[in-house]
Amino acid sequence: MTQEIIIAGFGGQGVLSMGKIMAYSGVMQDMEVSWMPSYGPEMRGGTANVTVILSNERISSPILQTFDTAIILNQQSMDKFEEKIKPGGTLIYDSNGIFNLPTRKDINIYHIPAAKEAGKIGNIKTFNMIVLGGFLKIFPIVEMDNVIKGLKKSLPERHHKLIPMNEEAIKRGLGVVETIQTV
Amino acid sequence: MAELRIEDIIKPENIVFKKTKLFTDKPLSYCPGCGHGVVHRLVLEVIEEMGIEAETIGIAPVGCSVLAYEFMNIDMVQAPHGRAPALATGIKRIHTEKFVFTYQGDGDLAAIGTAETIHACNRGENIAIIFINNGIYGMTGGQMAPTTLPGMQSSTSPYGRDVETMGHPMKITELVSNLPGTRFVARHAVHTPALVRKTKKAIRKAFENQKENKGLSFVEVVSNCNSGWKMSPVESNKWLAENMLPFYELGTLKDE
Amino acid sequence: MGELRLMKGNEAIAEGFIRAGVDAYYGYPITPQSEVMEYLMLEQPEKKTGMVVLQAESELAAINMVYGAACTGKKAVTSSSSPGISLMQEGFSYIAGSEVPAVVLNVARGGPGLGDIQPAQSDYFQSVKGGGHGDYRQIVLAPSSVQEMYDFVSIAFDLAYKYRIMVLILSDGAIGQMMEKVVLGDQIPRMTNQEIKDKYDSWAITGRTPGREHNVITSLDLDQENLERHNHHLQAKYREIVEKEVVFEEYAIEDAEYLMIAYGTSARICHKAVQLGREKGIKVGLFRPITLWPFPDKRIKELSNQVKGILSVEMSAGQMIEDIMLAVESKIKVEHFGRYGGVVHSPEEVVIALETKIIGG
Repeated sequence: MTQEIIIAGFGGQGVLSMGKIMAYSGVMQDMEVSWMPSYGPEMRGGTANVTVILSNERISSPILQTFDTAIILNQQSMDKFEEKIKPGGTLIYDSNGIFNLPTRKDINIYHIPAAKEAGKIGNIKTFNMIVLGGFLKIFPIVEMDNVIKGLKKSLPERHHKLIPMNEEAIKRGLGVVETIQTV
Repeated sequence: MAELRIEDIIKPENIVFKKTKLFTDKPLSYCPGCGHGVVHRLVLEVIEEMGIEAETIGIAPVGCSVLAYEFMNIDMVQAPHGRAPALATGIKRIHTEKFVFTYQGDGDLAAIGTAETIHACNRGENIAIIFINNGIYGMTGGQMAPTTLPGMQSSTSPYGRDVETMGHPMKITELVSNLPGTRFVARHAVHTPALVRKTKKAIRKAFENQKENKGLSFVEVVSNCNSGWKMSPVESNKWLAENMLPFYELGTLKDE
Repeated sequence: MGELRLMKGNEAIAEGFIRAGVDAYYGYPITPQSEVMEYLMLEQPEKKTGMVVLQAESELAAINMVYGAACTGKKAVTSSSSPGISLMQEGFSYIAGSEVPAVVLNVARGGPGLGDIQPAQSDYFQSVKGGGHGDYRQIVLAPSSVQEMYDFVSIAFDLAYKYRIMVLILSDGAIGQMMEKVVLGDQIPRMTNQEIKDKYDSWAITGRTPGREHNVITSLDLDQENLERHNHHLQAKYREIVEKEVVFEEYAIEDAEYLMIAYGTSARICHKAVQLGREKGIKVGLFRPITLWPFPDKRIKELSNQVKGILSVEMSAGQMIEDIMLAVESKIKVEHFGRYGGVVHSPEEVVIALETKIIGG
């Protein structure tokens, strides 16, 4: 099993940290992982993206052109990455801030209303964990226990009090993800 | 009258002056009349008197004193041009118990190595910087230095230093005395016996300060360059007193 | 099994510096490697092992601080990225001339000039041919994973002390910035002053021990006959390194008809490209130099008897290809492929290049 994932959105949406938690969850499950971010000034308020690979084998290239799954959180990223999903692959998006919905017919498409749900929770910072929950619903490749362990590992000690809230957000995500189309 | 034999003269009780123990046997390569030899001797006398030759690491610059390690019988490294304070920092930070000093000329310390000088001073590295200012690049054949006086001729200011186009002589000693990291900053000279004694005291203090972890000690010695200035040694010392010292005033700038 | 962590390459190598018993890190911030010093400052190794970490005023100062520390027999290290490494070349030349052991990390980025901050492999010439003045060499190790960023620290110091030479770890922004699993080894204690005296008293400037001559570290010798002799000595040392220290890795070589040669990040991309190529029925293998100097030219020459063509893949306009061409002596086709200026080629692009430049070309 190898999952090659791109997560793309605005800087500040928690794209990189979601990827990090995903990667750490994989480590906890004894998988091979890589986390390759876009970096530099463009991160400060601009677009941010990270390639996460989870695999049971040695990971070859950490830098990819096409992906099994794209998690897309803004319009620019939709424009850039929809076409880079492998046929039969998966697109997960939040329609908040996306005007042109995906058009591909040869991929699985899911919608996760994460921004809306984070608003309900009353903490926008849980946004990325809701998205992660949606991903885990579609691809239960990492057990929830290991996700929580990954969360603990990737958060500094002083933020550990936030873990229950994040866990709650992941569970919300599991519940609210909607299937748009499957192939 | 009995014949006077040489053996009767060379006796310990007749010795009035001898080579400092920490000089190697290598003849000094400096021009006769140059102040470098005197300052070398003072540094070595201080190290010998303090009994710290096994704990001292010296750093030679690029310039006339590039070969200082040939004459000083202590462990030394030769630094790239201007970088001596960086090497000293690198050494002292992991050898806090050692005595570390740099020996640098004006081009090395105040032109190409300005950044290293100022930042080592500003960090208050616990080292001694011995700075020889003779207002000229001696080794490369008498070019203009950052410390060359206004109007002073050199091979790259053959009509005299024009401060309008060539900049002003830099009083880097005053500059570093303003930095909080320096503890002892002084300017001395070695063209008279009395001044030699004062200079030695300052160098001693610079080494003593290290022992007490006081921070950076900076001792400038205004010196001559009779070859570069194209004068006899005597003339050059006179010129130094009349021209260099009014601009580079002697004394202690800072002692905390 | 050691401690397992998920780390960036820059963090892993910083932890590697601590655990390898390094005495001093002197550095200056530059993207994409600033995490190295940030990690060290946060970890405060001074409290754990006594390792000193200092932010210098420039790369020039940093490499000269390393030079000073290395002259005393201590393990000293610095890190930078391409423009900063250019500034350090003066120090590299002095370190080579005066034969002190030191380790430097380059997390390379796109150039020339200020370039950009994205990964690149365009510092190959500077690294293996010598960017400073004089006839000198430095050992160049090219990690291609976060684990190797960590592992190569100890290897680099072993080589540095064995030959009293500078070892450059040539990485790039991708390896510096990406996170992978790393298994960390045990803490190696720092050498004590007494150990350094015992081992290196013949050259290290640790203070003149009573009874021995003063030690002097210099790259200056104004007598040209002496300097030529010194250069002969250096060249003999370099020949010994070429003889003994070549390291490389091979993948899918046994039945290969075509070969990709790549190092570092490019080798990872080519690993995938080999898989994609083989899915298409192309018998292609990967040869990965781990030491870029000494270059594994003997093995490449051997392989040139087996394969029909070689694609040199590098995130540059084509630098390593010159060493490959020297190794194969024009017997078979050798072509370069690579995106550069901070653009990283994809595995798919590499396969297309293999098909068009080597197989179909």
